[in-house]
Amino acid sequence: MLSIKNLQARIEEKEILRGINLEVKPGEVHAIMGPNGSGKSTLASVLAGREDYEVTGGEVNFDGKDLLDMDADERAREGVFLAFQYPVEIPGVSTTNFMKTAINQVREHKGEKALDAVSFLKLMKEKMKLVEIDQSLLSRSLNEGFSGGEKKRNEIFQMAMLEPKLAILDETDSGLDIDALRIVSNGVNALKSKDNATIVVTHYQRLLDYIVPDYVHVLYKGRIVKSGGKELALELEEKGYDWIKEEAEAAV
Amino acid sequence: MKKFAGQSIIDKLSERFEASKQELTSNSTIADVRQKALNHLVENGLPHAKAEEYKFTNLTKALEKNISFEMNTERVSVSKEDVEKLRIEGLDAYYLTFINGEFNSEFSDEVTESGISFSPLSAAIQENNQLAGKLFDKLSKSTEDAFVAMNSLLANEGTVLEISANSEVSKPVFVQYINTKSSDIHAKNLIEVGANAKVTVIEKVDTLGAEPGFSNIVNEISVATGANAKFYKIENDTDTSYHISNIHVSQDKDSTFTSNTVALNGAMVRNNLDIKLEAEGCEAYMNGLYLLNGKTHVDNHTIVDHMMPNAYSNELYKGIMDDKSRGVFNGKIFVRKDAQKTNAFQSNKNILLTDDATVNTKPQLEIWADDVKCSHGCTTGQLDKDALFYLMARGIKKDRAMAMLLHAFASDVIENLELEPIQAYVEAIITSRLEK
Repeated sequence: MLSIKNLQARIEEKEILRGINLEVKPGEVHAIMGPNGSGKSTLASVLAGREDYEVTGGEVNFDGKDLLDMDADERAREGVFLAFQYPVEIPGVSTTNFMKTAINQVREHKGEKALDAVSFLKLMKEKMKLVEIDQSLLSRSLNEGFSGGEKKRNEIFQMAMLEPKLAILDETDSGLDIDALRIVSNGVNALKSKDNATIVVTHYQRLLDYIVPDYVHVLYKGRIVKSGGKELALELEEKGYDWIKEEAEAAV
Repeated sequence: MKKFAGQSIIDKLSERFEASKQELTSNSTIADVRQKALNHLVENGLPHAKAEEYKFTNLTKALEKNISFEMNTERVSVSKEDVEKLRIEGLDAYYLTFINGEFNSEFSDEVTESGISFSPLSAAIQENNQLAGKLFDKLSKSTEDAFVAMNSLLANEGTVLEISANSEVSKPVFVQYINTKSSDIHAKNLIEVGANAKVTVIEKVDTLGAEPGFSNIVNEISVATGANAKFYKIENDTDTSYHISNIHVSQDKDSTFTSNTVALNGAMVRNNLDIKLEAEGCEAYMNGLYLLNGKTHVDNHTIVDHMMPNAYSNELYKGIMDDKSRGVFNGKIFVRKDAQKTNAFQSNKNILLTDDATVNTKPQLEIWADDVKCSHGCTTGQLDKDALFYLMARGIKKDRAMAMLLHAFASDVIENLELEPIQAYVEAIITSRLEK
């Protein structure tokens, strides 16, 4: 589904990704871990199409198409979803109105008919339950004055509404208490299927107790320096990142 | 003879005044005012390029270049359809329509409701209507602004509205000025809102055809004790139209006045809004939205003058400048020595969509009282890139995402417009501009 080959990217003059290789197949959950500043969030942003980053090399193929050739909105319509680490507050735009616009633009792209008001509300009610989010929150301005947990639940709610093929969760666990973490993870797990895939970007192993990965990759200085199964995450939790850094430095 | 800015214009206006002197000076009180206005113009000219109040908006030069100021007696026929197209869809109002500065009873509604009386200014002057004597060049003064002087010299038509005490006018009064020729119109509206009365007035000026036109409209609005008056100005004229508006308001005790100014199109627009809170307990609200593209230039100059204690004013102006357009905002707040316990707030926010768009914004507070709450703030920036990315990351196309953000930016001013057909009118324009 997603094939990343030797991906390199920088912001301004600073090189951040220095050759990422990653294969993600339908039905898989991949965790990207790594110390601060290793390039995890950059990878998530580059895949979603944030223009602040300049891709300087490599290729990304998504379902047979060149992902890097598309603007952020087109990637989203093709089925890529980024759950933001810091969801943006947008006063004056309600979540409901925003979601309705987004869903119908995605549907139009797929050649489907726009949802009428009734079907849209029905869909919304169903997905709201999944992340235990309240209607009143969705009528308010997008993320404005939301708590950290509410913002993250809103991200997963949007993901549930849009049903992406590839979900990228960027530090979704940051700023969440244990209850919110459970709710968000349950949401993500409920959306998993054999046809879609998830990339979980996280600093801590904690989230991976709830969203169990098939593969764990450790990012360091813009490269994946180690890959393994879910036990790698536990090892990192226990030993920290220093041994990875040492291994990586020794290999250079 | 010393040469002034706008000399050629003033020469032509003097000639025109002489030619129509009989008609313009039939009422001795008004004749006097007109003569003083002429003297002022002849002595001082029009604002020159460096005049402090007009330094960003050289209207004098623009008028010299584009408007002939010749007397125009040609009659152009305007259809009912033309007139209706320029109104606001779905807005139930008393429509009062003036074509080339003359009242047109055929296209206008009869105002039959008790508590409100309407008279065209020409008739009011002829009949020596007390309001004409009381307000004409009284709140806005020839001596304070050359364009008011120009207006007082030539304006022989306009709307005289008297709302009697305790009357609530059932629907808005919509004053519509239509200019059809390459010429200039000068109109004056005199509005007296009686004690505890309520009224909403809307003004819209339009030019038919592509020829340049100039409209110079003055409103003198007196709001009595406990009254509540709302004034809307919708500016969506042609690319070659020049407009100056002077709205001068005096408020008596516990009265409320709301000004809503929406500027959408024109070549050059200058709005002077001057509100005097002359007694205790007044409230004044000033809402402004300017949504500009092409080469449109819109300048909003506002003054709110707190003269007595316990009054409140709140000003919110927002602008979105696209292409090579230019916005100007100057907001003055005066709090006089006697105006203790004043609450005065002002906010001006701007978004520039291109590198070629400009805004000049200047808040000006002058406070002589010591027990007051005043705040002001102005911001100018571009569309929030993070917000745009967030919307696009959900599959929303860039144009649509921009439109959503601009709607959101303007939403608080639009909500303040209250009249739903006007809100819809403005929303539709934002949408059509951005989703072209």
